[in-house]
Amino acid sequence: MTFSPELEARFEKFLAKYPADRKRSAVIPMLIYGQDEVGAITDELINEVAKRTGATPLQVTEVVGFYSMLHRKPQGKYHVQVCTNISCLLVGGAELWEQACKKTGLGHKETSKDGLISLEEVECMGACSWAPAVQVNYDFYHDVTPEQLDKLIDGLAAGKKPEQIAEVTKVSC
Amino acid sequence: MLYNQPNPLEVKVLSRRFTLPNSQSIETYLANDGYKALEKALGMTQDQIIDEVKASGLRGRGGAGFPTGLKWSFVPRQSPKPKYIVVNADESEPGTCKDRLLIEYDPHQLIEGVIIAGQAVGAEQGYIYIRGEYRYLIDVMDRAIDEAYARGVLGDNVMGSGRKFHLASHSGAGAYECGEESALLESFEGKRGNPRIRPPFPAVAGCYQSPTILNNVETFCAVPAIFLNGGAYFAGLGSPKNGGTRLFCLSGHVNKPGVYELPMGFNLMRMINEVGGGVRGGKKLKAVIPGGSSCPVLKADECDIAMDYDSVAAAKSMLGSGGVVVMDEDTCMVNAALRIMKFYAHESCGWCIPCREGTTWLKKLLTRFHEGMGQRSDIVLIGDLSKNMLGRTFCPLGDAAAMPTIAFVEKFKDEFEAHLDGKPCPYEKSNRMVAA
Amino acid sequence: MADLVKFTIDGREIEAAAGTLVIEAAKKNGIEIPSFCYYEGLSLQAACRMCLVEVEKMPKMQVACTLPVGAGMVVRTDTEQVRKARKTTLEFLLVNHPLDCPVCDKGGECELQDMVFKYGAGESRFTETKMHVDEQQWSPVVFYDGPRCILCFRCVRACEEGMGVAALGVVNRGAQSLIAPNHGDHLECDECGQCIDICPVGALTSGAYRYQTRPWEMEHVGTICTHCSDGCKTTLGVRGDEIMRGNNRDRSGVNGEFLCAKGRYAYDFYNHAERIQSPMVRVGGKLEPVSWSKALELVARKFGEIRSRSGEIGVIGSSHTTNEENYYLQKFARQGLNTNNIDHHRTGDVVTLVDALSGTTGQLATTQDLYEKKAFLVIGADLALEHPFLSYQIRASFRHHAAHVYTVTAEKVREDDYAVRSVRKAAGTELEALEDLRAALAAEPELVILFGDAVKGDGVRKLVEFGQSLGTAVKYCALVDYANSRGAIDMGLVPELLPGYQASGKSGLSVKEMLASQTLEALWVVGANPLKSGPLASKKTFVVVQDMFLTETAQRADVVLPAASAYEKSGTVTNVCGEVQRLTRAVTAVGAKTDLEIIGLIAKEMSLAATVGPWSSETVYNEIRKTVKGYNIPLAMLAVQAQQTAPVNGRVAVESRPDLIHSAHDGLFTSGTLGRYSKILNSVMESRKETVTA
Repeated sequence: MTFSPELEARFEKFLAKYPADRKRSAVIPMLIYGQDEVGAITDELINEVAKRTGATPLQVTEVVGFYSMLHRKPQGKYHVQVCTNISCLLVGGAELWEQACKKTGLGHKETSKDGLISLEEVECMGACSWAPAVQVNYDFYHDVTPEQLDKLIDGLAAGKKPEQIAEVTKVSC
Repeated sequence: MLYNQPNPLEVKVLSRRFTLPNSQSIETYLANDGYKALEKALGMTQDQIIDEVKASGLRGRGGAGFPTGLKWSFVPRQSPKPKYIVVNADESEPGTCKDRLLIEYDPHQLIEGVIIAGQAVGAEQGYIYIRGEYRYLIDVMDRAIDEAYARGVLGDNVMGSGRKFHLASHSGAGAYECGEESALLESFEGKRGNPRIRPPFPAVAGCYQSPTILNNVETFCAVPAIFLNGGAYFAGLGSPKNGGTRLFCLSGHVNKPGVYELPMGFNLMRMINEVGGGVRGGKKLKAVIPGGSSCPVLKADECDIAMDYDSVAAAKSMLGSGGVVVMDEDTCMVNAALRIMKFYAHESCGWCIPCREGTTWLKKLLTRFHEGMGQRSDIVLIGDLSKNMLGRTFCPLGDAAAMPTIAFVEKFKDEFEAHLDGKPCPYEKSNRMVAA
Repeated sequence: MADLVKFTIDGREIEAAAGTLVIEAAKKNGIEIPSFCYYEGLSLQAACRMCLVEVEKMPKMQVACTLPVGAGMVVRTDTEQVRKARKTTLEFLLVNHPLDCPVCDKGGECELQDMVFKYGAGESRFTETKMHVDEQQWSPVVFYDGPRCILCFRCVRACEEGMGVAALGVVNRGAQSLIAPNHGDHLECDECGQCIDICPVGALTSGAYRYQTRPWEMEHVGTICTHCSDGCKTTLGVRGDEIMRGNNRDRSGVNGEFLCAKGRYAYDFYNHAERIQSPMVRVGGKLEPVSWSKALELVARKFGEIRSRSGEIGVIGSSHTTNEENYYLQKFARQGLNTNNIDHHRTGDVVTLVDALSGTTGQLATTQDLYEKKAFLVIGADLALEHPFLSYQIRASFRHHAAHVYTVTAEKVREDDYAVRSVRKAAGTELEALEDLRAALAAEPELVILFGDAVKGDGVRKLVEFGQSLGTAVKYCALVDYANSRGAIDMGLVPELLPGYQASGKSGLSVKEMLASQTLEALWVVGANPLKSGPLASKKTFVVVQDMFLTETAQRADVVLPAASAYEKSGTVTNVCGEVQRLTRAVTAVGAKTDLEIIGLIAKEMSLAATVGPWSSETVYNEIRKTVKGYNIPLAMLAVQAQQTAPVNGRVAVESRPDLIHSAHDGLFTSGTLGRYSKILNSVMESRKETVTA
C-alpha cells in the first residue's frame, strides 16, 4: 500500500518513537493518521499497519472496533461532530444536533451522497466551558449557535473551506 | 487569546503564563522561570525529589486524588527494566476541559514536569498519550518537544547533566476508558483499551510491563511550581492535605463559564456566584456536578462546601477531574441522568459483565422512563441496578456510571415520579432527547 | 515447595501454597466459587465477576480468581451479599442472552443454565428489547451466535494461549462486543474446535453437530482417537447406534484440554457410504458379495493348502488395529501359518531407541513429561501439524513453566514462535546441528528430545550418545505416525522381533520384499494399504484383505473381509509415548467384524483355534500381560488412566531395519488413510483450499 510522502514520513517517525520490539505501540497513531489520508479504515490499511508494526491483522481489527474515532465506512470530507454530552446538553447541544440533522438531512454517522459532509453525535470533546461545541474534522468551534451552524454547513456545501466562512471561527490553532 | 476572561479571584500558578504572547514557545517559557525547576531537580537526589513532591501535598488531578509523591515512591529503585513516565492527556471526563488549555498555552510546563518525574525515578523515556480529538494539541506538543530537544532540555544530555530523557507524543483514537491508567497503557501498547488486572499497579508493571509513573497532565504541570517555590509553598496555596491550586472547569448554567485556576478548598457557591457570575438568566440553582460526570450530583443546598478532595468526599461526592457542571432550576434531572448513562453505555469497554450489561440496561430503561413510559417500580430498579454495578465491576467505569445515577434517583426522586403515568416532561426546554 | 499459608474459607481453616488463588484453594477443598471467565491453565481475566467473595478487612467484595490466598485471610463465599452479587451478575448476563435454550445445542450442558439454576433469580426484571446480531458461520465446523456469547474470552485464550494460533479476537466495544475470526468473515486456523468445547454457552457450536440432537439423548462413550499416534481421548456422543459428535467432554484423557479436528470431527468415516458391509470374493475377475462362511472357508482352504506345502505366505499388519489384534495376528502367522513373513508400515525408529537406551530406565518421555519438563529439543518434525497434542503440551510447558524449546527442522515450525533457538537443517542432516546446541542443552536441568523419521538407525544411536553425554536428565520420544504404530512394534509385527522386542531368530520378508516377491503365494493384509504406492509384483498371489474400505489393496484382493473400525471395538492401543489406553466400543459394526474376530474365525476354520486361543480381547490382553514385558497392567487400571509401558530394558538382540522406516508426515489437513473417508474433515480441507486460492 502506498501513502503520500508526508504520511510515510510520519509513519516512520511514529515507528521510531517506541522500543524496537514494541512497534505495536504505533498501531493506533498509524490507524488514525492513515484514516485521515485513506478516508476510512480499509482492510488494506489494516493489513499494512499490521505488517509494519508486527501485529496480526486480527489484532489490528480488534483495535479498530474499540475506538470511536476509527471508522470502517468513509466519512465526509468534512466530518461534522456535535457534542450533546452533559455540559453541551445544558446549553443547547441537543438543539444544535437537531439543527445539524435538519440542515443536512443526515443522521448519526451518515454521509452526504456527494461525500462532502458527514454527521456524528459525539461524546464530550473537551470544550465544556465553551459549550455547545462542534468539531469539523479536528477543528474546534466553541459556543456555537444553531444559526452559526447553519452558516458553517451552508459554507461547506458551497465549497468553501472552513476558514473562509466568516460567521464562525475555529478556535483551535 | 484565552477562551474565557480570567477572574480576579484566580490564583494563577499553572496558568500564569497563559496570557503571555507566544506562550507556547520555549523562549517565552525560558524567560518566565522556564526549566529552572528542572535545573534544581537535577541537583537533587531521587529521594529529595520525591520528598519535595510529598511535601507539596499534590494529589492526582485525574480524578482519584491519590497523593502524587507517594505514587512516585512506589516505583522500585532497582529495576532490570527501563522505567517510563506516561502522561495521561486523554482528558475525556464530561465537564472537563483543563488539560487542553495546559497543553495549548504552556506545553513546556508539562515537559518540565515530566522530566522532573523522570529524575525522581531514573526514567529516561516519557510518552504523552493525547486523546485523538485533541489533534491540534499533538502538533503543539510536538513543536514544543522539538524545541526542547533543540535546546538540550530533552535528549541524551538533559541540560548538560549527562542524564538522558526522551519524550514523544502519542495519539489516542476516541475511548473514554483509556483515561483509566491501565487501559491507557494497554491502548498505548497498540491494543484494545481494556483495563488490566491490578495489582500490579503501573508503578511496578506499567508501560511495557516496566515500572511507570503515570499521572494526569495537570499533575505533571504542577511539578515545576513545586520545585521553583518549594513543596511547602505549593501546599500552602490549598487547604490541609490538598496542596496547591486546581483548574476548575465551570460549565452549564452559569453566566461566565470557563476554566479558572483557584486554590484547593475554594467554596463551591462562591465559585458559581463570584467566579462564574451566578446562575444564568437569574434562575435558581438546582444542582451541581462537582467533578465531572462520574461524581454524584449535589443539590443546591449541598453546595456550600470547600472544593477539595476531602470536603467533597464528606459531602458524598467527589472532586474528580475538576469539571463543575452547574444546573439551574429548569434542568430535567431524568434527562441529565439519561444523558450521562448514555455516555457510559457508549464508553463501557465490554470487558466485565456488570458494567457492560448494566450501563446498556440502564440506558434503555432511562430512555423509556424519560419518554414517559416508566413505571413506579422502575424508579427502584434504576437505583437497584446501579447498586448492583457499584463496587463489582472490573474498573472504576462501572462505579462512575453507578454513582451519579444513584444520586440522581435518590436526590431527585420527585422528578422521576413527575415523569410517571405518561405525563410530559415537566422541563419542556431541556426535554430533548437525542438520537443515538 | 512453596510455603503453605493458613487461611479460612466459610469458617474452615485451610492450607494452601502461597500464591494459590482463592478460587482454586476453595475448589480443592470442595467449596465451589462459580465463574465463567476463570479457566485453569489460561490467563486471568477477572471479567465475569461471578466469583466475588467477601474477605474480612477488605471494604469491597473481591474476585476470587485473581486474589492469592494470604495468611490469616478470612474468606466468605456464602453470605447474603455474595449470593446477591451472583444473582445480579446473572441477571445482567441474561439481559442480552437469548432464552432460546429449547433449540440451543448447549441446552442441558450449558454452564449458564446451570449457574442460573443454582445461583440465579427465577424471574427477570428486564423488559427492554434485547440486542440481536445474526449468526455467523466461520468455517464448515465453527458457527458463532453473537447474542448467546457472554464474552468470557475463554475461546480467545484457548486459541491464542493453548493452541498458539490466535485466530479469535474481540471486536467492537461495550455491549456490542463480539468475538471475531482472524480473516474477516471466516477462520483460518487448525479447526481444532477447542473454542467450541470451552464455550460455556451455545455461542460457538459445531457444524458437525448443531441442531442434530439433545445432549441427554446421547450416551457418551470415551475412547481413543484413531487418527494419529498421540492417543487423545475423544468422547463420542452416541444416539441409537449412531455417533452424533466427538468432543472432549470430560477432559480426562492424556490430552487434558486438547483435541484436534480429527479427534473431534473425523469420526464419521465409520458410516461412510463406501464402507464395506459384506465379505467379497473375486469371481470371474470381479469382487462379489458372499456370506462370511463362504469367504472364511475360502481363505482357510487357501491358507491351509499353501501352509501344507510350505508355500510362501506374507502377512501385513496394521498400525491402526489394537494391540490384541496385532498380537493375535503375529501369533497366528508365526505359530499357525508357520511364517515369519510379518511386517507393517514402520514410521519411527523405536527399536533402535530402546536398544540405545538399554541399561537405563525411565528415559522414554510420557505425554505428561512434555508438559512438565523444562526443556525440549524437537528434531525434524512439525509437531503442530503431525503431533498436535505433543505440540500443545510443549506450548503449555512454555506458558506455565517457561520451558526452553529448541527446534532443528527443515522448515519453520510453530514451536519457533517461542523457541529459544531454532536451527534450519535440511531433512536428514538435522544431527549436524547438535554440537552447536550442546552448551545450551547441557545447561538445561532436564530435557526431552523428540525426533522424527529423519533420525533412524545409527542416527538414533548418535543422538542418544549425544543426549547421554550432556550430563543432564534426558528423556526421548521417537515420533511414529499412527494410532497404534508403537503397539505394532511392541507386539512384534516385524520379522526380526517377537512381542516385547525379543529376537525372533528367524528371517522373514518385509512389506517391501513381500510386495516384490514373485514367489509369494498368499498375502494377508490386515488393516493396511501397502498397494497404495504401487502394485503387487506377482499376479498369482492370493490376496486376502481385512479393511473398512475398498482401498487400493482391497481392490487387488481375492477375498475382502469387512473390518470393524476402532469405534466399533474394544481393545488397547499404545501411543507415541508408549502409553497404553483402552478403546471402548461406541457403536455396533454393521456387516463387519473386528479384525480380532476375523483372525479368530480364520483360525477356527483352519482348525487352529487351540493354537491361537480365543478371540476375546480381554483374553488376548491377559496373554499380552503375561508375555510382553511392561504390559503387565490390569485392564481396570487402564480404565482409569493411560499407563506407560517399557517393553524392553536391555539390548535388542537383532538389528531392526531402519531403511524401512518412513513417515507419511500426515498433517492436520493432509489426508491419512481414515481421513479420506471423513466427510467433515474433507469439507474443512476443501474450505481451506478455497480460501487459500481465493
